[in-house]
Amino acid sequence: MKSCLVVDDSKVIRMVARRILETLDFEISEAVDGQEALDACLEEMPDAILLDWNMPVMNGLDFLKSLRVVAGGDTPIVVFCTTENDMSHILEAMKAGANEYIMKPFDKEIIEAKFVQVGLL
Amino acid sequence: MTPADFEYLASILKDRSGLSIGPDKTYLLESRLTPVARKNNLDDLDALVAEVRRSKKEAMLCEITEAMTTNESFFFRDATPFEIFEKAILPDLLEARASRKSLRIWSAACSTGQEAYSLSMILREMAPQLAGWRIEIVGTDISNEVLEKAKVGIYSQFEVQRGLPIQLLMKYFTQVNELWQIDASIRAMVTYKEFNLLKDLKALGSFDIIFCRNVLIYFDQPTKTKVLDAMSNILASDGCLFMGAAETVLGISDDFKPVPGHRGVYNTAQKADKSAIAPTASLAAAG
Repeated sequence: MKSCLVVDDSKVIRMVARRILETLDFEISEAVDGQEALDACLEEMPDAILLDWNMPVMNGLDFLKSLRVVAGGDTPIVVFCTTENDMSHILEAMKAGANEYIMKPFDKEIIEAKFVQVGLL
Repeated sequence: MTPADFEYLASILKDRSGLSIGPDKTYLLESRLTPVARKNNLDDLDALVAEVRRSKKEAMLCEITEAMTTNESFFFRDATPFEIFEKAILPDLLEARASRKSLRIWSAACSTGQEAYSLSMILREMAPQLAGWRIEIVGTDISNEVLEKAKVGIYSQFEVQRGLPIQLLMKYFTQVNELWQIDASIRAMVTYKEFNLLKDLKALGSFDIIFCRNVLIYFDQPTKTKVLDAMSNILASDGCLFMGAAETVLGISDDFKPVPGHRGVYNTAQKADKSAIAPTASLAAAG
């Protein structure tokens, strides 16, 4: 079973994402901000990370930049999942090492399609 | 809805589009046609049927057919057919057409254009290899409304996220407020035409590849056979037909055979053998 870390400061979004990903056979862990996510990754790298952008303490972009320079931090497949839906944000995220990008609102079909594209399914 | 009203609508759809619906699809008629009724200032579906029976207004009959035949479409829907197209079918055809350097591809019942544009993007990504080639992609649909949307190439945020890799969004789309428009250079690769699959397909010319996925499932068996036989007549002998993963030609058309190893892909290889003796047969018929 593949593991996926869901990083979002909204409890509701984490719950919705968890439900969708569990039906796709992922083992889910959660983090409420970038720092908590980074701590979790340093302990054990997940296979996938579903990542919000705007969060307190450490935002998604800063987390991604930090992740990609630590040992083993290049392995998780990172899919941004954010309300930031303009081209400049997408370009910035991809440049920082994201593998895919989901613009909220999302549904199961979108998550599934994107996870297929990056080879997680 | 009364059974008589259902039969009336079902026969309109069958005649105009080939679409076969059984009484189990009553809910579909209600959900799709109630908005058509409202648009025409009628209270409900019963009033719409009464009005159509009375006036037989062509515009209304068209609207009904369009509302019932419009289906959801995704970019790179089902992924696999597009991989087969790019990695297996296209290389062979490019080799076979190396001297002629032209290819014609048909996206049948193309709806709002996602399939045709997915093929366009694949071909655009291969641009260096295709320099000097004339590749025509034709998208047809019975509904003018969806074709207008296809031509403009503007999609919602939802639509550009189902199946479209973010790299292709970044490369070939421009953001227009909350919507996304596919670039003019990709739009220019596709010619859209209003066309009913029950009409004479020869009017479209011949093709090297036909995509007709999840379309025939809405037709009854004789109509399926008719359309498939007609398609085999306008498909190049070394060309192929892509159908939906859940569809089959088995028991429906003898003209097509599955291409081994490529699910959902069919060719007319068998028929080509038959056509070797066809000239004699047609001479005999003419005589």
